Amino acid sequence: MSDGLRVDPIACTAHGLCAELLPERIRLDDWGYPLLDERPLTPELVAHARRAASACPTLALRLGREQRARSG
Amino acid sequence: MSLAPARLPRLLASAGPGRATTLAEHLAGDGLGRPAEVAPAALREEVERAGLRGRGGAAFPTARKLDAVARGRRAVLVANGAEGEPASRKDALLLARAPQLVLDGVALAAAAVGAREAIVCVRERSTAARVALAAALAERAGSGRDAVPVRIEPIPDGYVRGEETALVRQLDGGPGLPTATPPLPFARGVGGRPTLVQNVETLAHVALIARHGADWFRTLGTDASPGSALVTVSGGVAHPGVREIALGTPLRTLLEQAGADTGALRAVLVGGYFGTWLPASVALGATLDDAALRPLGAALGCGVVAALPLDACGVAETARLARWLAGQSAGQCGPCFHGLAAIAGQLDALAHGRAAPDALARLRRWTGGEVAGRGACRHPDGAVRLVRSALTVFAAELDDHARRGPCAACRRTPLLSLPRRGADAARIEAAA
Repeated sequence: MSDGLRVDPIACTAHGLCAELLPERIRLDDWGYPLLDERPLTPELVAHARRAASACPTLALRLGREQRARSG
Repeated sequence: MSLAPARLPRLLASAGPGRATTLAEHLAGDGLGRPAEVAPAALREEVERAGLRGRGGAAFPTARKLDAVARGRRAVLVANGAEGEPASRKDALLLARAPQLVLDGVALAAAAVGAREAIVCVRERSTAARVALAAALAERAGSGRDAVPVRIEPIPDGYVRGEETALVRQLDGGPGLPTATPPLPFARGVGGRPTLVQNVETLAHVALIARHGADWFRTLGTDASPGSALVTVSGGVAHPGVREIALGTPLRTLLEQAGADTGALRAVLVGGYFGTWLPASVALGATLDDAALRPLGAALGCGVVAALPLDACGVAETARLARWLAGQSAGQCGPCFHGLAAIAGQLDALAHGRAAPDALARLRRWTGGEVAGRGACRHPDGAVRLVRSALTVFAAELDDHARRGPCAACRRTPLLSLPRRGADAARIEAAA
């Protein structure tokens, strides 16, 4: 968990951008909140995940430390 | 360490009937020497050997929490007696009857983690508990039993208010709302300091372990769930109320003691309103310890047991609880706020025979993993657990309600009690 994607459920207000930017791992529930796929990110997806995290208007989507280090 | 008989009651042993044990009675009976005389490291070790787990609901190993907080500096101890679970009365009863035992546990745990102060949180509505606690604290003044300052903090009603992070926030002057974790209170709690949040019953057990030792503690209960526990029995029983049991006691025995007609039982709710329905046949063969309950999808939680007789309606009762639990969402996290309301709505529609054909499928999907685990606190998880178990246990009744509408039992007075709405709402608003 700590090196994958995480959502701060209090900060998230269901903008839904993340599901558009990373449909491989994120889909929206019936109320527009992200449901994360627990599978680890493949190397190709890390850049997309990073983009999704930085595009989140409330900074609710976060990418774990290990993934950031590996991709940065 | 003195030898004491391996029998019940333990926690309520020295309590006078209907009143609090005084300090003098406590010392003459089960009182331990000055808490300061027990070495912190030795106590932590003894608690670990005892295998004590938290009695607030999550059953987390107490020694691990003590160790985690002891590693920090200038810790705070929070004794949690907020008792947000509406069917639970055990913490209020313990505080009203044996406040000195709890306060000994507070002093010992504070010393064990190097806390500089201790705060005892008590449910505001539990007047007897508040009065007993205040009197007990006054009695102890100057007795040398409390090495750190102890204060009492009344907590207004509200299901999530007693949750660890919500409690910490209130004690810091904020609203009674959970925060996103990590950090957990053991790392950063009250005033940003490492905070040990421990249920008041757990602390009373700590006091008894310090007095009698781990071996004595383990003479009751099972290997995996040692010791005794307070449980609150409600629903269709002749003698509802709080009882102390040895963990591993057959649920049938407890129900019989409480005066349930075990031959006319439909189901039993175990673990509270965020717990699990067990069909009567399963419940009557179960024992009250987590190793035995886990394979049944249940847990003892905070010790709430509610009996549902054959002539009551599990669908109506669950729909009512689900509606209440949805209303208790702090409203901070979308999946909890929207999800629980949607679940309650579909359940209600089913109970009234006006649900869409896909209502059950939706309920299964939402309770199957689209709501639980998605809040900052465990509130949605508990509400989902309750409804999910109802979908299985009351499958036949649900089908019947969906097709024919409310049954005869639906019109009876609900069995499972909920806090009166007006009074609670007023309290919460006044305190916010």
